[in-house]
Amino acid sequence: MKGLLSWNVLSGILNTMIGLATPFLFAALGETFAQTAGVVNLGVDGIMLLSAFAAFYVTLSSGSLALGLLAALLVGLAMGLLMSFVSVTLKAEQGVSGIGLYMFGLGMSSLLFKVLIGTVKTVDGFKPIAIPLLSNLPFVGPILFRANILTYCAFLLVPASWWLLEKTNLGLKLKAVGQNPAAADSVGISVSRVRYLAVCMGAVLAGAAGASLSIAQLNLFQDNLTAGQGFIAVALVYFGGWRPVGVLAGALLFSVANSFQLWVQVLGVKVPSSLAVMLPYVLTILALTVTANRARQPAALNKPFERGES
Amino acid sequence: METKAAASKAAPAKPGRVEMRDIVKCFPGVRANSQVCFDVSPGEVHALLGENGAGKSTLMRQLYGMYQPDEGEILIDGLPRSFRSPADAIRAGIGMIHQHFMLVPTLTVAQNIALGERSGRWPLADTKRVVARVRDLAEEYGLAVDLDAYVWQLSVGEQQRVEIVKALYKGAGLIILDEPTAVLTPQEVDDLFVTFRRMVAEGHSLIFISHKLGEVMAIADRVTVLRDGQAVGSRMISETNRDELVHMMVGREIKQLEPRALEAGASRLRIQGLRALGDRGTEALCGIDLEVRSGEIVGIAGVSGNGQRELAECLAGMRAASAGTVCLNGRDIGAASLNERVDAGMAYVPEERMRDGAIGEFSVKENVFLHDHAARRFRRGIFMKARAMNEHAAELVREFSVKTPSLDTPLKTLSGGNIQKLILARELSRSPALIVAAQPTRGVDVGSTWYIHQCLLQQREAGTGVLLISEDLDEIRALSDRIAVIYEGVIVGIVERDSASVQEIGLMMSGVGA
Repeated sequence: MKGLLSWNVLSGILNTMIGLATPFLFAALGETFAQTAGVVNLGVDGIMLLSAFAAFYVTLSSGSLALGLLAALLVGLAMGLLMSFVSVTLKAEQGVSGIGLYMFGLGMSSLLFKVLIGTVKTVDGFKPIAIPLLSNLPFVGPILFRANILTYCAFLLVPASWWLLEKTNLGLKLKAVGQNPAAADSVGISVSRVRYLAVCMGAVLAGAAGASLSIAQLNLFQDNLTAGQGFIAVALVYFGGWRPVGVLAGALLFSVANSFQLWVQVLGVKVPSSLAVMLPYVLTILALTVTANRARQPAALNKPFERGES
Repeated sequence: METKAAASKAAPAKPGRVEMRDIVKCFPGVRANSQVCFDVSPGEVHALLGENGAGKSTLMRQLYGMYQPDEGEILIDGLPRSFRSPADAIRAGIGMIHQHFMLVPTLTVAQNIALGERSGRWPLADTKRVVARVRDLAEEYGLAVDLDAYVWQLSVGEQQRVEIVKALYKGAGLIILDEPTAVLTPQEVDDLFVTFRRMVAEGHSLIFISHKLGEVMAIADRVTVLRDGQAVGSRMISETNRDELVHMMVGREIKQLEPRALEAGASRLRIQGLRALGDRGTEALCGIDLEVRSGEIVGIAGVSGNGQRELAECLAGMRAASAGTVCLNGRDIGAASLNERVDAGMAYVPEERMRDGAIGEFSVKENVFLHDHAARRFRRGIFMKARAMNEHAAELVREFSVKTPSLDTPLKTLSGGNIQKLILARELSRSPALIVAAQPTRGVDVGSTWYIHQCLLQQREAGTGVLLISEDLDEIRALSDRIAVIYEGVIVGIVERDSASVQEIGLMMSGVGA
């Protein structure tokens, strides 16, 4: 127990937290866009799995991390198009189609892994980049400024998403389509087009989340690599009240709990490991019950739009 | 390109003569418009009059590009145009203000106006240009709006002003207004008409969809009447009168109501010291004392939000009273459940009929049996008696002339008037001792309104007590034997039907006469 309280361990916990938060930020910020426009995409985890595989496989076979990342983003886009086609064009029940997308991603990534790779292999993933000067700051430096490129991107995505939602014309459209699609339609905005865009943006970011797992953090692929992180990401959107800053807070909270339990295990503190592993999830549920605030929820969330129905 | 855009902003494309020819629009099971012709000249206020469900909104939604006509054509300045979406119609200088406002409550007024506009500062949302232009518009038309307020903070009247400003901002020369007065107080209606006149003076043309004759007579230059999807005829307002228009609208004469003089009998409802909290947790009813006797209609008059809704809900058992007693036929029902109240003889016609009175997705028949499905005569053990239920529902539909394609039609597809008639039929079929009717004719067409009033009067003659809660003072005065005025949760005065003038009641309603 004593070991847990040193500065070094604290620094280690926080450093791990930053890394763990990366896929959550990508996936949850992406899901924020989709939900702001009124579409719940429960398939995030499936997209992450398939893109994680794509990134890993392409990197493994081409040796290029950039190509691997690109493959992940493209797989995300394709899955996003599929999700939007089913939920926006065909107006299917979003929860069900999302689960379907997840099952597809889960099964497909396992299948491809068995067929194309088969055994456990690793790649050289994105390396940490130390930012000159900043990374030498005491305590903060190693935690924040020695991360890989994807982690930097994920954190920069927080203000970028805020800016997009609050300041831009597109943000206005996303919100309008999620709150009152009939109003958006009545001023000539194509509700379908905006929702396609939002879902696809979210899916591409889920693709980045997958890549961050397989070619930046773990540098390997295995069955069900994400272990449900995509679903946690969806929960974080609710936790964050559909705001990027809230999503950031949720991602950090969940990651710090996760990081803490990892360190507890690494340091051999005598706590049953299954209890430790539960901690982040218990925390998420508790946090969700405490912060549950439906007031900010997009009014048309989960509702397909049909012109002329009011 | 930029100068062109700026120029078109400065001088909106005012459509000249707009003409709709032989428009046919069908929905599954309904011919909403058949061979309708309609036209508007520049600078004209053309009213589109008709009952609910006559096809007015459908016709106008085609002009606004929301639906495409199955047959017929739309001409602007003699040239055929086809609008595939509202965006096309907006570009042609047509704007529409819908009955349910097309505003996003979580955005500010400025953001709502900027929505759908090409941004001058892409990718940023261009609310700066909105601020500048709206200031001009506000001056020109006397329409003040707070651009920084969120729409959810605004009153209904203010939201409507935002809608008008939005349409003008988008350069609409022709504005379609779908039942714009339905949600407004009389004072707000007057203000709205002042705005209309200014808009017309600036060269705009207006299409005013309404089923309220008085308003049509007051504001329109010309009127076209629709009935059952067909254009019955057009008249210049100066060459027609109320009676002719009613006849065109309803297809028959509507007689004036003449309640017979009756001696009120035994006490049906006695309320003493009733107190209850409103939704916000503040006291909405602050000690109501009221009695309704057999064969009597007591009207509750008051400005919206003075406790009428809470009173109705308290009586129906949907809101807990914090103090006081409610007696039905001499029996204290203060602690009774909704079911027990119904069994004790209470009928309730709720204000929010689609929320509290019926289930839109359920069929007409199912809605008849929302309460009585478990009644002995409609079940055998745990099974429903389908035939008895069908017969009963069919009888009610016939007796109350509810217009529905079938008993299995989802209720929400019926017009407001027909839904209300069905609710009334259901409630009255139990031969209640007391009817609590809240806003029974709001959003209901002339024919159905007349019918509902007749029903209430018949109930009165049959010895039922009727508590009529309405914000329509004309309705209250036409039906009530006694008028109780509610102000800030208290009955501030009770007057006999003929003993008080509108002015007196109006003063009491504003708390002055109390």
